[in-house]
Amino acid sequence: MKRLEYDVVILGGGAAGMGAIRGALSQNASVLLVEREASTGGVLNQCIHNGFGVRVFKKELTGPEYHEMYLEKLKGFDAMYEATVLDIDSESRLLKVISASGIYKIRYGALVLATGARERPFEALRVPGSRPSGIFTAGLAQHFVNLENRLPGRKAIVIGSGDIGLIMARRLTLEGVEVEGVYEIMPYQGGLTRNVVQCLKDFNIPLHLSTSVVKVHGKERLEGVTVAKFIDGNPVSGTERFIGCDTLIASVGLIPENDLVDKEIEISSSGGAVVDDLMRTSVDNIFAAGNNVCIHDLVDFVTVEGEGAGQNAARVAKKEKMPKRVGIFKKGKGIRVISIHYTTATIPFKMYVRVDHPMDMAILRINDTNLKTVLNAKPSEMIEFTLDPTKYNLKGEIELSAVEAKR
Amino acid sequence: MGCVFLPFGEVNDLKIAIIGAGIIGSLIAREFTKYKVEVEIFEKLPDVGWGVTKANSGILHAGYDDEPNTLRAKYCSRGNEMYTELSEELNFKIKRTGSLVAAFNDKEVKILEELLKRGKINGVKDLRILSRLSALEIEPNLSREIVAALYSPNAGVLAPWEVAQAAVENALNNGAKIHLSTKVESIFEEGEKYRLRTSKGIFLFDVVVNAAGLWADELAESAGVKVTPLHPRRGQYILLDQPNVVRTVLFPTPSRAGKGILVLPTIHNTTLLGPTSEDLLPIEKEVTETTAEGLSKVVKKAKKLVPLINLSKTLRTFAGLRPENDIKDFVIKRESNMIHIVATRSPGLTAAPAIAGDIVGEIVEKLNLQKKDDFHPIRKAIPKIVDMSDEEKEKLISQNPSYGKVICRCNKVTEGEIVEAIRHGARTLDGVKFRTTAMFGRCQGSFCMVKIMNIMRREIGENFEEIVKNFPNSHIVDGVVR
Repeated sequence: MKRLEYDVVILGGGAAGMGAIRGALSQNASVLLVEREASTGGVLNQCIHNGFGVRVFKKELTGPEYHEMYLEKLKGFDAMYEATVLDIDSESRLLKVISASGIYKIRYGALVLATGARERPFEALRVPGSRPSGIFTAGLAQHFVNLENRLPGRKAIVIGSGDIGLIMARRLTLEGVEVEGVYEIMPYQGGLTRNVVQCLKDFNIPLHLSTSVVKVHGKERLEGVTVAKFIDGNPVSGTERFIGCDTLIASVGLIPENDLVDKEIEISSSGGAVVDDLMRTSVDNIFAAGNNVCIHDLVDFVTVEGEGAGQNAARVAKKEKMPKRVGIFKKGKGIRVISIHYTTATIPFKMYVRVDHPMDMAILRINDTNLKTVLNAKPSEMIEFTLDPTKYNLKGEIELSAVEAKR
Repeated sequence: MGCVFLPFGEVNDLKIAIIGAGIIGSLIAREFTKYKVEVEIFEKLPDVGWGVTKANSGILHAGYDDEPNTLRAKYCSRGNEMYTELSEELNFKIKRTGSLVAAFNDKEVKILEELLKRGKINGVKDLRILSRLSALEIEPNLSREIVAALYSPNAGVLAPWEVAQAAVENALNNGAKIHLSTKVESIFEEGEKYRLRTSKGIFLFDVVVNAAGLWADELAESAGVKVTPLHPRRGQYILLDQPNVVRTVLFPTPSRAGKGILVLPTIHNTTLLGPTSEDLLPIEKEVTETTAEGLSKVVKKAKKLVPLINLSKTLRTFAGLRPENDIKDFVIKRESNMIHIVATRSPGLTAAPAIAGDIVGEIVEKLNLQKKDDFHPIRKAIPKIVDMSDEEKEKLISQNPSYGKVICRCNKVTEGEIVEAIRHGARTLDGVKFRTTAMFGRCQGSFCMVKIMNIMRREIGENFEEIVKNFPNSHIVDGVVR
């Protein structure tokens, strides 16, 4: 067994992990990245569409471009690729890692979790019927098309209107696959409006709201699905319709990946790591950033979050005394997701929230104070704002809410 | 193949055909390879253990449920005991979790008392009725509404397909042959021999064992043997990624409809709910679809037993078919050197080693077969990195670094294991899945499928387009991006 020791160890080399590397290096910490794949970049590598980098690089880039440009900023860290963490012992600050060169025990001063998210597979929805091939998560289909140069099929439907599903509807159309439609069980879209316009409307792909699959057909390869209207999550009988297709792309939710640590740190009801404004989890020397904290819309935000987590992790590793948590955020009426759960009320910080249903006009409130007015607020579009402890009282219990108002 | 005339005086080994590589056929084939005979296995599907064997609850039943004087009662508890040694020889995992039958009222307690009596007649050891509190001590997540429970420490769980894989591998190692994707259409008596008409030609054998599962009745009939007709009984299941929610196999009190819907820990540390018990028509032997009604029934009944069940942890649903007949018992029919094993419904899995032992024993005696002195009883399993100590892991990785490359992140299956599964016969994604548990986890293969296909491409030399999930038309990708 080989033993290693670093100030900061970062789990995952996607956007958040790369940000954390940069943050930790800026504090002159020794940094080790542990990455499952053969390189950094994470899901950026297969996102060959544009829309990345508007905040960080002030220009529109593709995923691989964003990855390469950011990677150029990173000098002087160690990395283990194709390496998987088997176990975290937070008491002794030890990781157990397996790779082709053996088993490693790695001691960390501080740890940054940047493990991202995984897609909810179609199978988890318990849709009745058969179990043929031809059913993909949007990310898997994207992997086949963009990295392996392979088509998943010839006629597809997309279930769920999450961003990767919308992007894959366009991608498959461009590659000559007939995309029959996108079906969303909720009465509103799951992805960004930008993607609904650029990926569906521009290509005449219909989006069917309040509609989803009730049966899968085909013994060996998918032969079709039955879809129906849904009200409050239940199919409406008599509205069933058969669609012949050989491919089903599921974009039905992302789940923060915290399986390694869900017994070590506090996890929120939406599955994300609970963090404070320093990106610190419930364990003082474990930090988290990116989609394993909460599902983000923009990679740029993830990078910034990672940079903060990396910097603070390095400070903890170097035994700097860190401020204590003094405030706790509660989700009030109208709010489904919050990115930060606690605050030290020391510095201004970014908070991201999602509303729990579409609102024509939403007034975001912090306790009884109005914070921001948002037109066309949707659960699919994260609302970003800065909380400055000199402007708001951030001590004790703080309620964030969204109130619907008439324009 | 075909009829071979031998010079007078020369002794040739008898040729034995086993039809069906489910758990029963596999164990019979392996048992025969202990003797000086030629064994050939015929399997309609592309892999072993993919029929009835694949989609059942995977339980080693204790044997209290079966009416005395049935074949079920005769074989169940004996089969259960035989699994301990068998699992050591063939290196598949079993877990003696014990089982509880929960009673929710006094009427059900009466039924538990009957089961206890029946169990004693059937020779089931260590069976006892527990008070509510003792039952909850063994199974803290069991419903608080129960009043008593029948406890058997000998019940257990296993992955039935692993038994079929292991038995076939060991049989092949000891000289047997297997014909996969080869459907036996009919059996004809031809003098002293039997002629099998198959999808891949005609074969002649001296002894035929029909263990064709759902099709055993039709095959027997083709040979002119009358057996009880079969109909499929469908069982729908929900598999949850919620480990350790139960420790034992939990049954409701049985009714006339069967053993009811259970909650059990699987050998792979997931939780299984089911099955339903739906009698389908005899022509519906391939109707393995799940239904909205079936799945909601599973949810309702399972939650009654274990209220803590968390459906948001669903991995997938599936359904299997059990071969059922009207007399609700196994039928073993002998006709000269032909044996038909029909209606091996529950507890067929538990009974399988005992049935295999008896049937082979019978033929051995009848035809005076001689033991081989070079039979190797041990089958080496595919190494399982996640179950090893750090020292064992290090040793294996130093010999073969691919055992350090994790491919399936959910279940921590390495490249070395996938390569080994291919060497053990996996030719499809399901073949890999059911040998390694890769793609069995919470991502259902969305992260590792491409990597596994690339390993298969390298090891088997297949193109991406040729790789299938399971059956010939279940390809994954369709052509190259233009």
